[in-house]
Amino acid sequence: MSSIATDLPVAGQQAAPARQPRIKLGRIAAHLALLFLVALWTFPTVGLLVSSIRDRDQLAISGWWTALTPSIRLNAARVGPASAQTQEGGNYVVKGNLFGADARGLSIEGFGATNADVRAHAAGSTIDNFNGGSLTVQSSGEYTLSSPAPLSYSGQPRVYFGVGSPPRFTLENYRDVLAAEGIGQSFINSLTVAIPSTVIPIMIAAFAAYALAWMRFPGRGFVVALVVGLLVVPLQMSLIPLLTLYNQIAHLFGGEAKGYVGVWLAHTAFGLPLAIYLLRNYMAGLPREIMESARIDGASHFKTFTTMVLPLSFPALASFAIFQFLWIWNDLLVALVFLGAQNDRVVLTGRLVNLLGTRGDHWELLTAGAFVSIIVPLTVFFALQRYFVRGLLAGSVK
Amino acid sequence: MFQQILAAVIAVVVALAVCFAYFWGTNWVLDKLLTPRPGMSDDALTRRDTLRSQIRPWLFIGPALLFLTVYLIYPVFETLRLSFFDKYGTKFVGVSNYVWALTDETFWRSALNNAGWLLIVPAFSTAMGLIIATLADRLWWGNIAKSLIFAPMAISFVGASIIWKFIYTYKGPGIEQIGVLNAVVTGLGFPPQAWITVPYLNSLLLMIILIWIQTGFAMVILSAALRGIPEETLEAARIDGANEFRMFFDIMIPQIWGTIIVVWTTITITVLKVFDIVYAMTNGEFQTQVLANLMYRWMFISGDFGRGSTIAVIIMLAVLPVMVWNIRRVRSELGTA
Repeated sequence: MSSIATDLPVAGQQAAPARQPRIKLGRIAAHLALLFLVALWTFPTVGLLVSSIRDRDQLAISGWWTALTPSIRLNAARVGPASAQTQEGGNYVVKGNLFGADARGLSIEGFGATNADVRAHAAGSTIDNFNGGSLTVQSSGEYTLSSPAPLSYSGQPRVYFGVGSPPRFTLENYRDVLAAEGIGQSFINSLTVAIPSTVIPIMIAAFAAYALAWMRFPGRGFVVALVVGLLVVPLQMSLIPLLTLYNQIAHLFGGEAKGYVGVWLAHTAFGLPLAIYLLRNYMAGLPREIMESARIDGASHFKTFTTMVLPLSFPALASFAIFQFLWIWNDLLVALVFLGAQNDRVVLTGRLVNLLGTRGDHWELLTAGAFVSIIVPLTVFFALQRYFVRGLLAGSVK
Repeated sequence: MFQQILAAVIAVVVALAVCFAYFWGTNWVLDKLLTPRPGMSDDALTRRDTLRSQIRPWLFIGPALLFLTVYLIYPVFETLRLSFFDKYGTKFVGVSNYVWALTDETFWRSALNNAGWLLIVPAFSTAMGLIIATLADRLWWGNIAKSLIFAPMAISFVGASIIWKFIYTYKGPGIEQIGVLNAVVTGLGFPPQAWITVPYLNSLLLMIILIWIQTGFAMVILSAALRGIPEETLEAARIDGANEFRMFFDIMIPQIWGTIIVVWTTITITVLKVFDIVYAMTNGEFQTQVLANLMYRWMFISGDFGRGSTIAVIIMLAVLPVMVWNIRRVRSELGTA
């Protein structure tokens, strides 16, 4: 959104013409600097996405930025025993394939006779004295050990080599993580928590916001100040008393202290200060004439609110809904405390933390799981960014 | 599985119906009880009218107030009370929980770490946000750039932690590194490190995650503020021959100073409550503990309500100045409105 006013060339044209080249340089520098920053900021997420669709074995041994080149793994195999030699055009030869029967797509990326020089010789070349013969290995894995004299080594000597496997992309990680690791169930759990917790506070907050914006009554200033104050109260202050309260209620009526209803209500309450604050600011900015003409027509507050203010406030309602949804979807603490970490009801964030604990080395699972969890907020974010930004601006500036 | 979603949707419908029934019903009752009846004296009519307009607002804000009271206001006082009680919340122990906190090594470690987070994260996020906003606003693809840098804002702290844990991941020396940081370090010829376990440096690495997330926030707010600077002031400076750097520091920064403070304090509040990142990355091991996570541990792992509450109160005390400042700001705005 570069307006002409902030465009550098305009400034350049007004300055002496001799300065033109320097300003062009500055502009290129600005492009490069921003490009660098954007790369820096997107690189981590791209790494996650690329890793999540890579083959598990390749992911474990090579960096994701090498995903498009063959990944090389070190390996060793034995050549056939001396007893297997045949005569071929005056030479004694032992033949075979280092990959065994199953060589699909693999290639030899260098080989050697000892552990120390695993990849000393390129595929297709020959080691001249290998147990009394010369050993040639093709990139397909085919090897030929040949000698003019009969071969007489004992056992089956080892050949060391690097195996290049072609880049392989797959959705297996997603299948594994969704089914076997329970991310699929947690996805549903997260939705179950998020839908009611997003919708319920909207209506409660909208009525309160209207009253605070358009009704005059003693105590109004105090309630607004209270809401603003509660905006920043740390959740930590609420956890212990609420948990105790929930336990007492569960004790009184039977049933469980931890459950979806408890989380819905908690999220509703924790979202209210922001909801009331955002909506009140927005509603207070609606034109006074609308309210007055409604009053003159004899509409009650209730009618004015439901038929005029509520529809007009749609942008603010949308902003809040997006905020609340993202906050709940991404929340770990409230869900952990009020819903618990049992397998059947743990939300996505909780499940991912569990995975970090139990599958800390399985990056194919972690990356796929994390991507499942961030795809929803990212979609919401890119689709509804306008409302999101508007909410941010309304919530923090003035 | 889908029954669960269905249950959630039904819950939404029921909740909305109950809400609507409440608002509509109480309004109806109020109007019914206090309608002006023919034959009433003028005096009685006005009395009924004022009474109605006095009661109605409270009907509107009633449910919200109820929620706020039960879930936020009452707990603040209850937590304060519990901080003077023992582990089970039954025996009054005076200030001994606070004495414990002030003499406990882990508490000090956490408080110091929190202080580090408070100094570094808001400063870097705001500075980076300002730089990016300034750059992006003058390039034609600036909006795309801003979207991409803003996107981490939408990701959960846990998701971000996994993204970055992968960057910091470590494999033994001599093996190809799959973590970007170690790949760069070994590429430069240094030995790889298990970064997460290196004290002090690891706290910094955790902070980077929050900076990565919060920069987008700072950028969006500051970008809007920059665009609000009156064109005339910039034009005047340009005609006076000020160069870009002078313009930035002498004209743009002072004009948006108020917004910078708002961004700074908003991020400060976020930092004070940071829990998920530390919980997911190290769970406070390797000297990375912070107050919010320490509170969680005392409360849910050790089951000590007294000490847990004490730490919560201390976090609250740290937030208090911002809270007071916020309330004052809004009050003065209301006064002029």
